[in-house]
Amino acid sequence: MTDRTYRAAPPGALRIEPLGELTAIFDRRSMQTHLVVSPMPEILDAMGADACNAAGLATRLAAAFDLDVAEDVKPILAERLSELAAMGLVERA
Amino acid sequence: MKNKLRIAVGPVQFRIGSDWAEPIAALARLYAGYPQDDTRPADATVRLFAARPWRRWLRPSVHIGGDFVVPDALPLPLSMGLLAAEMGMNLQIALGWRRHMLLHASAVAQGGRALIMSGESGSGKSTLAALLGEGDWRLMGDEFTLIDLFGGDTLAFPRAVSLKNEAIAEVAARVDPARLGPLLAATPKGDIRHLIPRADAIAAMHEPLRPALLLFPRFGGEVAVEPMGEGEAFVRLTEASTNYVALGEAGFAALTRLVRETPAFGISYPDSAAGIALVEQLWAEAAK
Repeated sequence: MTDRTYRAAPPGALRIEPLGELTAIFDRRSMQTHLVVSPMPEILDAMGADACNAAGLATRLAAAFDLDVAEDVKPILAERLSELAAMGLVERA
Repeated sequence: MKNKLRIAVGPVQFRIGSDWAEPIAALARLYAGYPQDDTRPADATVRLFAARPWRRWLRPSVHIGGDFVVPDALPLPLSMGLLAAEMGMNLQIALGWRRHMLLHASAVAQGGRALIMSGESGSGKSTLAALLGEGDWRLMGDEFTLIDLFGGDTLAFPRAVSLKNEAIAEVAARVDPARLGPLLAATPKGDIRHLIPRADAIAAMHEPLRPALLLFPRFGGEVAVEPMGEGEAFVRLTEASTNYVALGEAGFAALTRLVRETPAFGISYPDSAAGIALVEQLWAEAAK
């Protein structure tokens, strides 16, 4: 799987509200509500302003949560990123 | 239209027009105790009309129209004109109301706080609300509950309670017969009989209240109580709201706030007495 690069939503586009185990995300651009579970909110949080791919994301998440980067994490993150892109919450850079 | 009536239920002023006198007369009787202000502009319009002029008299069948219309909705016979009027009122609110978040839920109040019960048809939310409303509770509504988009308060929508099938006998045994409408037998929704809410419920219908407890009743099965997380309550209430999508971020914010501030439980119960006991028990804990 190619490690595609994605860009986060512009600042202010998403309203993110944790509701226990679920997180509700309101997308002000599409007026759609998305309900996601971990690790989606953590991924969105780690995306930052610049474009990033699964490898970059793995490094950021590892730093944020004080973990080692495991190689098998990258394809999982790539899949999650493509799911977020399908929801319109991130876009291909 | 020749036959018309204005009715205020909670914050909604209805204007109802009909090709026939009977449905308007039946409504006027059910809503005689509600505030009347014929000069107030209407928020929602319901029209009960004959598809062809001669169908006013020949096999009269009542079509439901108004500001919003459901295409292909089947007409009802004139003997069910009251049901057509009620369906029309529900339809206009479900499709058109934007000033509050509309939940398909019943609500009752005690001690200045509201209990909201959300569920599908047949969950018993309407019967529970009607029975509680005959006891120490104030009925706020048996079908729709409104949530203030900015303050988060609950607003009442106490239309005449629509009792269905077994609930008719159960409630009729406890109330003054003058508070019951005519029996509408074998309608597409089963047997229906309306109950006029108590005068105190109508008098207090404009008082907004803080929600204190959210219940998701399910009629049938053993008594069970399941605490519900904020996320699941949120999902269920988006499904129970007819205008959540139309309200955009205001609806998202109101619903987020409601599920965060209000404890929620799913309850199962085998009969009304058990249901009421469960409600009273959970309320005693929530309202502490």
